Amino acid sequence: MQSKPPIKLTFPLANKEMLAPLRAGDRIRLSGTVYTARDAAHKRFMTLLEKGRPLPVKLENQALYYCGPTPPTKTSVIGSAGPTTSSRMDIYTPDILRKTGLAAMIGKGDRGPAVIEAIKECGAVYMAAIGGAGALISSRIKSSQIICYEELGTEAVYKFEVESLPLIVAIDSKGNDLYELGPKEYLWS
Amino acid sequence: MRTIQYSDITDAVRSMCIEAAYVLPDDVLARIKEARAAEPFHRAQGILDDIIENARIASSKRIPICQDTGTAVFFVEMGEGVRIDGGGLLDAVNEGVRRGYTDGYLRSSVVNDPIFDRINTGGNAPAVTHVDLVAGDKLSITLLPKGAGCENMSALAMLKPSEGSAGVAKFVCDAVIRAGGNTCPPVIVGVGVGGTADAVCALAKKALLRPVGVHNGDGRYAQIERYLIKEINASGVGPQGLGGMHTALWVAVEYMPCHIASMPVAVCMNCHAARRASVEL
Repeated sequence: MQSKPPIKLTFPLANKEMLAPLRAGDRIRLSGTVYTARDAAHKRFMTLLEKGRPLPVKLENQALYYCGPTPPTKTSVIGSAGPTTSSRMDIYTPDILRKTGLAAMIGKGDRGPAVIEAIKECGAVYMAAIGGAGALISSRIKSSQIICYEELGTEAVYKFEVESLPLIVAIDSKGNDLYELGPKEYLWS
Repeated sequence: MRTIQYSDITDAVRSMCIEAAYVLPDDVLARIKEARAAEPFHRAQGILDDIIENARIASSKRIPICQDTGTAVFFVEMGEGVRIDGGGLLDAVNEGVRRGYTDGYLRSSVVNDPIFDRINTGGNAPAVTHVDLVAGDKLSITLLPKGAGCENMSALAMLKPSEGSAGVAKFVCDAVIRAGGNTCPPVIVGVGVGGTADAVCALAKKALLRPVGVHNGDGRYAQIERYLIKEINASGVGPQGLGGMHTALWVAVEYMPCHIASMPVAVCMNCHAARRASVEL
């Protein structure tokens, strides 16, 4: 079976409805802005949300990338910058999706049922970057800036401007889950 | 007694940390290319292409293969005839790690306290260092930078001896398949059998040091390896857990003697960025 050509997306989106046609398995080339956040930043986001305070980044219609990069050299924008395991963020994700208007998450590995439910409810998507392809991904990052939590080192929130980041839709806005469907698609092909 | 300088150890460790992060071992890269050539599933082909391209970019542009440059795990064989001048072995290794991870622009991923403080130590030290005393006057140091995505999927079982090879195989297959995409497949699977709970976990990790493509010298264990590769790859989990023929690149099983009442089994997986480096001083 041949795969469809990749779909181009630019973040931030004008609105989340643009994600509705995407299906689990679609290849994406993402350009524009993504914000990084891992465990420690998520924990701080949650504390702010629980207190009803604003987050240091406005996540509405944005993409959050679960990534803790290696530091840049003297001449590079950023170091290696592949995805980390997303399921560690599962405990925070449903609240973040429901309370911030976040449109997309980028990471690696499967998500729990509560996350899939929140993705459906909010019309969001979860996209997989290739774990362990941090050098390739780094070559698609055109600028990098620390937005907040610099004291967390690699776990700080970075703003990346990216060009044609290669991703795969892993959970679409209807809740179709490629971690469930992909192996079956292979076995039945 | 042969004397080795403390600074020679730190220099060697520093270089190993940097090289391992940037250059994938030849045997691992060759196996990934074989897997790509044999992979029939379109999505998995694309992922394996990107993984091969990533290795090329990493070594040519000097960007770490993966941003998780790991916990630095060392296996050291120290000859009984070796004396270190200028300090202790573990201090030398840890200083080499700090220098390598700092000078090589690698990620400091170690926190001081697992539950409460979780403050980054900076420089990725301390390493986890296993030391064996051996005959002779050489010092051999092997580094396995171990990413957390795959390490978090490690598994240990204290099986009954009556469960035999079928019990071992079932436990290993279940652990690899259950891990899905979290280990960054296609993975290398290290399996330890025997010993005690603590020893078998170290043995499973040590199994990851064996070159890809080399089976256990004991034909019965080689047979288990062949069976496991077949069974794991029949799961369809595939590269990144998104479907395909290649979930495992290789399986290495190591064994050691154990108690009459025990059959410990441990599984330790390494992602496709299966980095390692060795030096003999």
